[in-house]
Amino acid sequence: MSDQIQTALVDELTPPGPIREFWNYFSDNRGALIGFGFILAVLLAALFANLLTPHSPYEQYRDYILTPPAWQDGGLWRFPLGTDEVGRDILTRLIFGGRMSLFIGMLVVSLSLLVGTLIGLISGYAKGMTDTLIMRAMDIIMALPSLLLALAIVTILGPGLINAAIAIAITYLPHYVRITRASVIAESSKDYVTASRVSGAGVMRLIFITILPNCMAPLIVQASLGFSNAILDAAALGFIGLGAQPPSPEWGSMLANALEFIQRAWWVVTFPGLMILLTVLAFNLMGDGLRDALDPKMKL
Amino acid sequence: MVIPTFVGVTLLTFALIRLIPGDPVELMAGERGVDPARHAELLAQMGLDKPLLVQYWNYLTGIFQGDLGTSIVTREPVIREFFTLFPATMELSLCAITIAVLVGLPAGIIAAVRRGKVTDYTVMGLSLTGYSMPIFWWGLLLILLFSVGLGWTPVSGRISAMFWVDEVTGFMLIDAFLSDEAGALTSAIRHLILPSIVLATIPLAVIARMTRSSMLEVLREDYVQVARAKGLAMWLVVCVHALRNALIPVITVIGLQIGVLMAGAILTETIFSWPGIGKWLLDSIYRRDYPSVQGGILLIACIVIVVNLTVDILYGVVNPRIRHNR
Repeated sequence: MSDQIQTALVDELTPPGPIREFWNYFSDNRGALIGFGFILAVLLAALFANLLTPHSPYEQYRDYILTPPAWQDGGLWRFPLGTDEVGRDILTRLIFGGRMSLFIGMLVVSLSLLVGTLIGLISGYAKGMTDTLIMRAMDIIMALPSLLLALAIVTILGPGLINAAIAIAITYLPHYVRITRASVIAESSKDYVTASRVSGAGVMRLIFITILPNCMAPLIVQASLGFSNAILDAAALGFIGLGAQPPSPEWGSMLANALEFIQRAWWVVTFPGLMILLTVLAFNLMGDGLRDALDPKMKL
Repeated sequence: MVIPTFVGVTLLTFALIRLIPGDPVELMAGERGVDPARHAELLAQMGLDKPLLVQYWNYLTGIFQGDLGTSIVTREPVIREFFTLFPATMELSLCAITIAVLVGLPAGIIAAVRRGKVTDYTVMGLSLTGYSMPIFWWGLLLILLFSVGLGWTPVSGRISAMFWVDEVTGFMLIDAFLSDEAGALTSAIRHLILPSIVLATIPLAVIARMTRSSMLEVLREDYVQVARAKGLAMWLVVCVHALRNALIPVITVIGLQIGVLMAGAILTETIFSWPGIGKWLLDSIYRRDYPSVQGGILLIACIVIVVNLTVDILYGVVNPRIRHNR
């Protein structure tokens, strides 16, 4: 009995490890958990898309054009969410569309995170003229609405999924640059950095091993929120015909011609947008949860 | 701060047209092609045979003389086309931001006052949904519901084709009001309502969230506690004492929404066939009318820069605490 109390007390007194502590905070937030769960589901569906559905996202069942969802009159369980204007199964295209949206999110976030962090580190560490030039350039990017800048870049590069991703990544660079720069400036005046420098650490070591790990928390939060922005912007570009090109099953481009069918086929209009909304919402919920769990200022 | 940004934007739009494969002469000639002698002659005519630095200088001086080039498609000066269509976008944006403020502010205040209650969760949940909304789909959904389903509102345009309203101000609401045609104003309002809601969605969500968090911060202040302790009613404390200080960060956020509105206008105007600069810009991209794209982006960027500057100045007016170094 007393042994049990003893161990319980010890358990309570040992501080949880960083991962454990993070999970405790994160799992307290119900919204964040739901968001995380939804993203996991979309991710799994995207990975095993071939196993989940008997159809191909490109196969056109010409005899079943604009079949309504299964629960409506005239619907077939073969096509649970109905078919589009050329007879492709909508559910299949939504599942495969998850691949494209997650891929583009991943591409945009890794591009802007990598490049942005690097530029931010340089800017914050170098100071002076380099810093000023970099920050002015970032101000110019920020002066333009992100979708407008992305449009301009896609006009130069030409439409397409990868080009859209590059364009969106550029528009989100300033966020990462500014966050990294601010934390580098805040961190580099601290004693542990001075100590490291005095012990003879080189510039590279100082930047990447001493300072960078301590700037990670806001970057992770920004990356998670960046995912949702990237998916939203990519879908918008796809919708106006400058992102993913048909017939690829991207959620935004699936809506590109939806206006024509608004009178007679509500399911063509409704489901792709719902997927965009839910996925973006899930990433935002998770991002909020991450911020609460990682930002020390929020902890009491 | 403003001038370097402006110069940077001109550099960007200057680079835009030169980075696109093919030069303007080839673009204008299109599929037909053009013989080399004529090609060189036209290039010289447009000053495109000069060094880049000279070209940039000419571009810059052109901008200050109001010359943003000529549209390849309509042969009209870009600046004239832009300002013909601009009132439509401005009308839409003003209505949207009005809706966003009128709904977002009270929603944020109520959420803050009822912190942790069902109202708070509902408002915050809705605003996060609004913030995550792909507005082009939201527009389609509203058309599906209100135009196709219920038949309450028209699908596209600014006013019914039955009316011929003289253009006085360019703002359809005012022009329709001034015209003596019965029903014109109603028609204009019915056309405006859905696009405004769509365009207002994201700013509304941002404003509600910002108002809530800034209100919560202010409600913790001592002077609010004092006012409550004096026995003042909660609504009086909130509206009179707290709101004034809580509004300061919200004003900045409202100002920042101009960029969101301009980007949103591109999508909203496309869905509702609203004849403004957003739709025009996108059409110009489709038609490969690059001078229009270039001029349009420059002008929109200038508008955003000017509005942000105005907000910065206003910020000093409403918040005396940051008016230190004159």
